[in-house]
Amino acid sequence: MRAAWIKNPYMTQRLAFLLLLVSTLLIVIPVGMIVVIIAWKGIPAINWQFLSDIPRQGMRSGGIFPAIVGTIYLVLGAISFALPIGLLAAIYLSEYSKDNILTRLIKLSIVNLAGVPSVVYGLFGLALFVVFFKLGASILSGSLTLGIMILPIIITTSREALESVPNSFREVSLSLGASKWQTIRHIVLPNAIPGILTGTILGLGRAAGETAPILFTVAAFYLPQLPKSIFDQAMALPYHLYVISTQVPNVDEKIRCGTALVLLALVLFMNLIAIIIRYKFRKKKKW
Amino acid sequence: MRKIKEFIIEKLILLAGIASIFFVAMIFLFLLKEGLAVFKVETPFKFLFGKSWYPISEPPQLGILPLILGSLLVTFGAAVISVPIGVGCAVYIAEIAPAGLKETLKAGIELLAAIPSVVLGFIGMVTLVPLVKNIFHLPTGLTALSGSIMLAFMATPTIVSIAEDALYSIPKNYKEGALALGATQWQTIWRVMLPAASSGILAAVMLGIGRVIGETMAVMMITGNAAVIPHSIFVPVRTLTATIAAEMGEAVVGSEHYFALFAIGIVLFVISFAINVTADLILHRRKF
Repeated sequence: MRAAWIKNPYMTQRLAFLLLLVSTLLIVIPVGMIVVIIAWKGIPAINWQFLSDIPRQGMRSGGIFPAIVGTIYLVLGAISFALPIGLLAAIYLSEYSKDNILTRLIKLSIVNLAGVPSVVYGLFGLALFVVFFKLGASILSGSLTLGIMILPIIITTSREALESVPNSFREVSLSLGASKWQTIRHIVLPNAIPGILTGTILGLGRAAGETAPILFTVAAFYLPQLPKSIFDQAMALPYHLYVISTQVPNVDEKIRCGTALVLLALVLFMNLIAIIIRYKFRKKKKW
Repeated sequence: MRKIKEFIIEKLILLAGIASIFFVAMIFLFLLKEGLAVFKVETPFKFLFGKSWYPISEPPQLGILPLILGSLLVTFGAAVISVPIGVGCAVYIAEIAPAGLKETLKAGIELLAAIPSVVLGFIGMVTLVPLVKNIFHLPTGLTALSGSIMLAFMATPTIVSIAEDALYSIPKNYKEGALALGATQWQTIWRVMLPAASSGILAAVMLGIGRVIGETMAVMMITGNAAVIPHSIFVPVRTLTATIAAEMGEAVVGSEHYFALFAIGIVLFVISFAINVTADLILHRRKF
């Protein structure tokens, strides 16, 4: 009887599908729970003072304003370094590169840049920018390190955006006498902007959330005043969350959850914008 | 004039194109530059297989075997959990889920990939660590097991998205052929789809494991950070990544400790390089 039950292919299918559903739920439900828990416990901490005040009493009260400002500086610095290089690299791969060994090497390097552990970026930033170029632990060192880290995201998404512009667009432009660069500048790029924007925002979100690359290149444990120049150290939200959850004893859980919520909201907000741009663009696509 | 301008622009584009190669080479060179100095005081064999890591004792003992074993244990645990769940989830999304649900599930997985690791580490400390402590009656919940569970969770977005792509890229007639021969949907998935996608799924698993080995913040916050050789999954461990992150702040630039931490960086770089190159070769081997 039992053997027959197992051999019935439809019963096997039901069992298998159930297991697949369970494994999906095992991933998706905790994701939802994490967001809900952080929001639930963090919202009571959020008020104007928390967002605009400096940390007080050894970071056990007060706000997180310097950390928010530091993260914004770092993210802007990283993107102003990574976007020009990343965009040009994407143009090279999509418009100029031939199917040769150099292209293969570039693609392999991009895959590797994306796979290097974040803490190794931290070591690299320390060795190159902080020690070798003597920039010290500063916003500049941190931004450059983060910039190199998000380069693969920007290159990959921008390249996809450029390649999705139909070839007929280029051919028409070239046949009207435009040069290759004019074609790229006036025909290909404008049509790829939504995709490039999506990649840029995803890169911003990644840079805002990473901790390990900024540990030794910029992050200050406690710095009540705002940085005055790009050669100053700065506090940053992810590092601040790490510090108050593990290094400082007896921090109120409300403050820790509030900090986690601000960081999570910042990162998810950027991802949301990227998703909306992608969605709108897909609906509007003319070809 | 315009010709000169375009010439310069095209050279700039080429330069930016090869920048990625340049950066990978720079990362490796600077790790070597700072890391190889440790081998003046410690032989490579003693560094890799030395059983004690006491970097600030006099003289320092720089054996990273406990850290390697810590990383391996946590990674192995994470792989055991995340591979079946991740592949199962990919099959569910690609083959079974109705169209509306599919988008929601994919958004959920993307959401997980976007959560910063320090936030996951924090939530792990608050929820998972006490849970592990109470269920297994341990003196502390900061164990390799907690780290494995959290890392398994963090590896799933990589595994799911790449395995799902592999399933999508199988030609439709494979599936239609099997169904036309009277196979059930599950028989088709199990006997036709999964074998056909096996190389892509293998790459997905490898990249997921690469993500786990390189993960730093979450693992540092919830594995307890004890640099001793682990004898079970219920004790605190310290991984390669966590050691660098936790100790570099105190290491004096130019000291043996500093060099040793860079040498650990070399080990991590070589591991991630090997994993990524192999996975890339598997993914780009044309099959159909």
